Amino acid sequence: MKQKPIERMDDRELTRLSRRQLLKLAPVAALGVFAFPKASDYLIAQGVRFSDWAAGVLFRPEHLAQTYSNAQVVPFERFPYNGYDELDPGVDLENWTLTVEGDVQCPGEYKLSQIQALPKINQNTLHVCVEGWDVVGAFGGARISDFLTLVGANKSARFLEVDCADDYYESIDMASALHPQSLLCYEMYGQPLDRKHGAPLRFQMPTKLGYKQAKYLDTLRVTSVLQSGKTGYWEDQGYSWFGGL
Amino acid sequence: MTNGNNRNEENRGEESRGGENRSEEKSPPAQSPAEPRRPLAAETGKTENPEKSPALKTAAADAETASHSAIKNEPPEISPASAIKREPAKLSPTSVIKREPPEASPQPPTREEKPDLIRAAYEHPLLIRITHWVNAISLFVMITSGLRIFRAFPSLGPKIPERILIDIPTQLTLGGWLAGALQWHFTFMWFFAGSGAIYIAYQLLSGHYRTVLFTPKDIPGVWPMARHYFLFGPKPPATGQYNPLQKLAYTSTVGLGILSLLTGIVLYKPAQFSWLAFLFGGFHLTRIWHFAAMCGFIAFIPGHLIMVALHGWSNFFSMLSGWKRDPEYQQ
Repeated sequence: MKQKPIERMDDRELTRLSRRQLLKLAPVAALGVFAFPKASDYLIAQGVRFSDWAAGVLFRPEHLAQTYSNAQVVPFERFPYNGYDELDPGVDLENWTLTVEGDVQCPGEYKLSQIQALPKINQNTLHVCVEGWDVVGAFGGARISDFLTLVGANKSARFLEVDCADDYYESIDMASALHPQSLLCYEMYGQPLDRKHGAPLRFQMPTKLGYKQAKYLDTLRVTSVLQSGKTGYWEDQGYSWFGGL
Repeated sequence: MTNGNNRNEENRGEESRGGENRSEEKSPPAQSPAEPRRPLAAETGKTENPEKSPALKTAAADAETASHSAIKNEPPEISPASAIKREPAKLSPTSVIKREPPEASPQPPTREEKPDLIRAAYEHPLLIRITHWVNAISLFVMITSGLRIFRAFPSLGPKIPERILIDIPTQLTLGGWLAGALQWHFTFMWFFAGSGAIYIAYQLLSGHYRTVLFTPKDIPGVWPMARHYFLFGPKPPATGQYNPLQKLAYTSTVGLGILSLLTGIVLYKPAQFSWLAFLFGGFHLTRIWHFAAMCGFIAFIPGHLIMVALHGWSNFFSMLSGWKRDPEYQQ
């Protein structure tokens, strides 16, 4: 083992040496940028961008999120209602249609019955909020990928954008949208989605955080370009865009 | 000149604080700025007989002596300070005598023989210093932003019914709101992980870890050291760069860092790292582990800072320059 030597040296020499070593710590001092708002804003914006990039790389399209038994699902009354504003935007459920636009072969209005005609998936998965809480819920719906096939979407487009009846908006990456557990969800706990949970149709993706699970879906758009400042209601205010789990 | 004089006084203050056995030593009266530095009355550590210390014996027995046997019989040779100052690797034999039996040891020169020279040890290699400070800043950011994140759901229980565990004052937090705190957290997690990885890799590859890694043979030394720090017990003799309690603390922080990183990965990507989430007992329990790791750091940091403050400028400066003046231990 190489042990630290004890040396005898000139006092001034040690001080001089120390100063030189101190200069080598300049990179550390550079990290002191967080003292300056402008520099720190830039730094953490880059940090989040890098994290989102890394999250995209880490995402495994075929890897399934954990599913839970019926006994592990929290009771319906303990599944939180969460919205950014109005929990019931008063959607006309009778005449509701999903508008599909963008890079698709068959744009237009789609009825709920058309979505319900697709293979139905029931899954008990974890719903994780960015705040830190988590609940296991029971969800039912059609795969987003099946619906994209139905409308003839270009699956090599990069993003899926949605607008919601409560003026919420979201965008997700195509890889997450095509994940086999990513649902257009119209059922929770075996019942049609109730109004406060986003009736008649919401996203349910166990590979995304809660704020990506847009409710009261109104318009779905397939695109390869995201408009800056319109990537998502919370994302535009500073939350991570990828929001993956 | 004035500056130099101040430093001398600091240095002296350091030694008088160094240990009870030297408490009768008094600093000479304050020097005038023009007066040159005077050697101290007694040489630090000079009077200690290494054989009295069982811990030192163990250390000496444990040490690999093979590489040093060749120079065992060479006469003590004092290199001029200017020749050795920048190259700790090329040492005069004084650097290795600790491995030899005390009677065979060539003694380093005393202050009386070489009044211009002071003892100094190169304790912290550059990479250790850099990673230490990057880590210190990162840890500060991670804890303060983490508290802000925790504030969004200040509970370790279910969402419904939600019981607020602790109301964290916003003054202790960073980021302003949840999204801001997450940005800090998601940025500095890379610095924290990077500096930690470089630190551990360097320690392992250089062999430097042996000065700081807590091993079973350090266990007997923990209690005497704790008794000295907390109950004003006698001070156990210094045997190396770190005492057993320090080794325990520093080794624990590496464990805490690994725990907080692994649990952090699970909280960040529980679906992608579902196997890791499973190991920690699921997302919910992982959040508790992550919080516990932070509590461990919060317990460590004040103690670490108080100890640094008590041990004075020379000790603090060693983590900037690498060099420590007048180390307590003898080698």
